[in-house]
Amino acid sequence: MHTGLEPPRGVWWKPAHKSEKVWVTIAFAWCMVLFAMMPLWHWKGGQNPSGIRSKVDPTAFQARTQEFIQQYQVGTDQGIAIVEPPPGSDVYLLGRMWAWEPILRLRANTEYTLHLSSLDLNHGFALYPLNINFQVVPGYDYGLRILAKEAGEYRIICNEYCGAGHHLMLGRVIVVDDGGITDSEAPVSTGTAYEIEPAGVAAINAGGER
Amino acid sequence: MRDFRTCATTGLRVHRQADALIKANAVVATVTLLVGGLAAILVLLTRWQAIHLLDVIPFYRWLTIHGMNMLIFFIIFFEMAVLYFAGPVLLNCRVPVPKLAWASFGLMVIGTLMVEWMMFAGRADVLFTSYVPLQADHWFYLGVILFAVGALLVTCIFFASLVVAKREKTYEGSVPLVTFGGLTAAIIAVITLAHGAAIYIPTWLWSIGIGNVDAQVYRMVWWGLGHSSQQINVAAMVACWYLLGALTVGATVINEKISRAAFVLYILFISMASAHHLLVDPGFGPAWKVVNTSYFMYMAVLASMIHGFTVPAGIEVGQRIRGFTKGMFEWLRRAPWGDPGFSALIFSVIIFGFVGGITGVTFGTEQINIIAHNTLRIPGHFHATVVGGTALAFMGVTYYVVPLIFRKKIAFWSLAKIQPYLFAGGMLIFSVAMTFAGTFGVPRRHWDITFANAPFDLQFSPAVDLLIAVTAIGGLLAALGGAIFILCTVWSVFFGKPMEEIGPSSMEEGAAV
Repeated sequence: MHTGLEPPRGVWWKPAHKSEKVWVTIAFAWCMVLFAMMPLWHWKGGQNPSGIRSKVDPTAFQARTQEFIQQYQVGTDQGIAIVEPPPGSDVYLLGRMWAWEPILRLRANTEYTLHLSSLDLNHGFALYPLNINFQVVPGYDYGLRILAKEAGEYRIICNEYCGAGHHLMLGRVIVVDDGGITDSEAPVSTGTAYEIEPAGVAAINAGGER
Repeated sequence: MRDFRTCATTGLRVHRQADALIKANAVVATVTLLVGGLAAILVLLTRWQAIHLLDVIPFYRWLTIHGMNMLIFFIIFFEMAVLYFAGPVLLNCRVPVPKLAWASFGLMVIGTLMVEWMMFAGRADVLFTSYVPLQADHWFYLGVILFAVGALLVTCIFFASLVVAKREKTYEGSVPLVTFGGLTAAIIAVITLAHGAAIYIPTWLWSIGIGNVDAQVYRMVWWGLGHSSQQINVAAMVACWYLLGALTVGATVINEKISRAAFVLYILFISMASAHHLLVDPGFGPAWKVVNTSYFMYMAVLASMIHGFTVPAGIEVGQRIRGFTKGMFEWLRRAPWGDPGFSALIFSVIIFGFVGGITGVTFGTEQINIIAHNTLRIPGHFHATVVGGTALAFMGVTYYVVPLIFRKKIAFWSLAKIQPYLFAGGMLIFSVAMTFAGTFGVPRRHWDITFANAPFDLQFSPAVDLLIAVTAIGGLLAALGGAIFILCTVWSVFFGKPMEEIGPSSMEEGAAV
């Protein structure tokens, strides 16, 4: 018997004690369970990061977001446009120092494809109160299939440090009951502050690429 | 030539250059620990919204200072000391090319000073990760590069010491397990520093106006540095576990094959596991993420699970050899709980494994990462691994470095005895409370979670206030433990009673080349 400070003499490649063999077997089996769970959860799980992604020029993404806002704007709050896109459409959300644009008004139980990107630095998309977090990287369009299960008021916290105004970077998402709004393809600009609805517990299904 | 001395306690023949290099690195490590610790208190008292001490800009500045000093400077300087111990000291050999060793140390110190200067001058408020395109002053990146080059040279000197020892036959058999662990850390350090060069050199060029760096590529390569450097810590920490086990209770290596194979697993799988930082990033597909974070990461997890068994088992066997054989647990009951080296070892194993390890493995899962990414759960996790695990193990080792290398008795022994309890207890409270606060979605790296001046209202559950307060209390306890550690070691080194001096015997004279 020797300690870890002494050089072992001769052949030290010896059979392990039974207790060690048992432990290594248990540990290995457990790691294999985890290993199997990863892909399984990806295929069977209800909440996965999506595989929709592409490179995008930050200013092009900003232009696309502006176009999206002009197309579906229904109001403003705190100087930020409120946008109500049609069900199933592509939704654009731009992070920049230090705001999320636009405010999204979505229907519950309706799938959208949310495109996230940044105009300048890395930002962090953190949906409150659901606690769903994605990295927003300039130059990359992150597409997420989302489906809000419950109506309510949501906030988007920026959770990646982006300079002195990082703590001010708070966005807003409104989810209304399905059928709660009329199908308005045409933009309706009210120009007034939007009524804030009471916050509710809900779940967003960021259904990934299968 | 009085190049060697014989250690009165261990009987090891110690090269005086190794002595001096260990001392120099340990001293700088402690100074940076002090700076990082001060920053920790300021950051903590700001995140505790009831106090909210610092203004917004100083908060991020001190957070940067905290991260760089703790995760880079303190830990890597200490690891350099560990390498000089695991190489030349344990193998009874000389330090190859001492001049280069001192030049490397000098480079690391210059790099450190450049980075500190930039951070304190407010020209690098970019946090530890410095994600591009957030830009710091070019001196900041150059400082990091110089530091990394210095560290890389030290790992080369460590490899050279293995060759020198083998060639000059300063030991018989294979290298000791602790040296093998040091070798693992050194190899991972090379992988890490290669990633560091691959990302910091283009970033430095970009900061002086040459070329561009893609934000996503930066994140990927940077984490090859950022996470792999934590694996240097893990390997060095596990080597320190075996070291402390041997020094405190004569812990044995129950099977060299198993322990060494586990170290090899770290080398093989760890750099791919860095991918778990990118689980919710846009740049990579699900297959890439799943392969890297499941198959590759779990094999590194397996290594830690093996060490988590063999280290306590070795302690038990060592204690039983010393005669503590009654019943199942006499070996544990009669262990030297008053020896800060021993208590630090035990708490390091427990906090690293049960708090840091388990949280870390779960966050490495795609779906759990969605609810943990960039929330307080992340710093809650890595304070358990890096602080409760690595830093505590290094503190335990320092209680032996002071008498064995500095040859001074530990001052304020009664304080030193309780220090690991205070530090471990505080860090445990801190990590667990912070992790729970994170489950409410509280972001990390955030100056004001009341969102007082934000365009919309957001109020976290009142439970968050309580958890943050508990976090702060735990953090302050740990800071007190850290302060006692610095007091005991610094006082011992400068004003402590010297251990008995043993002169070089005739055998050692002229033995050095």
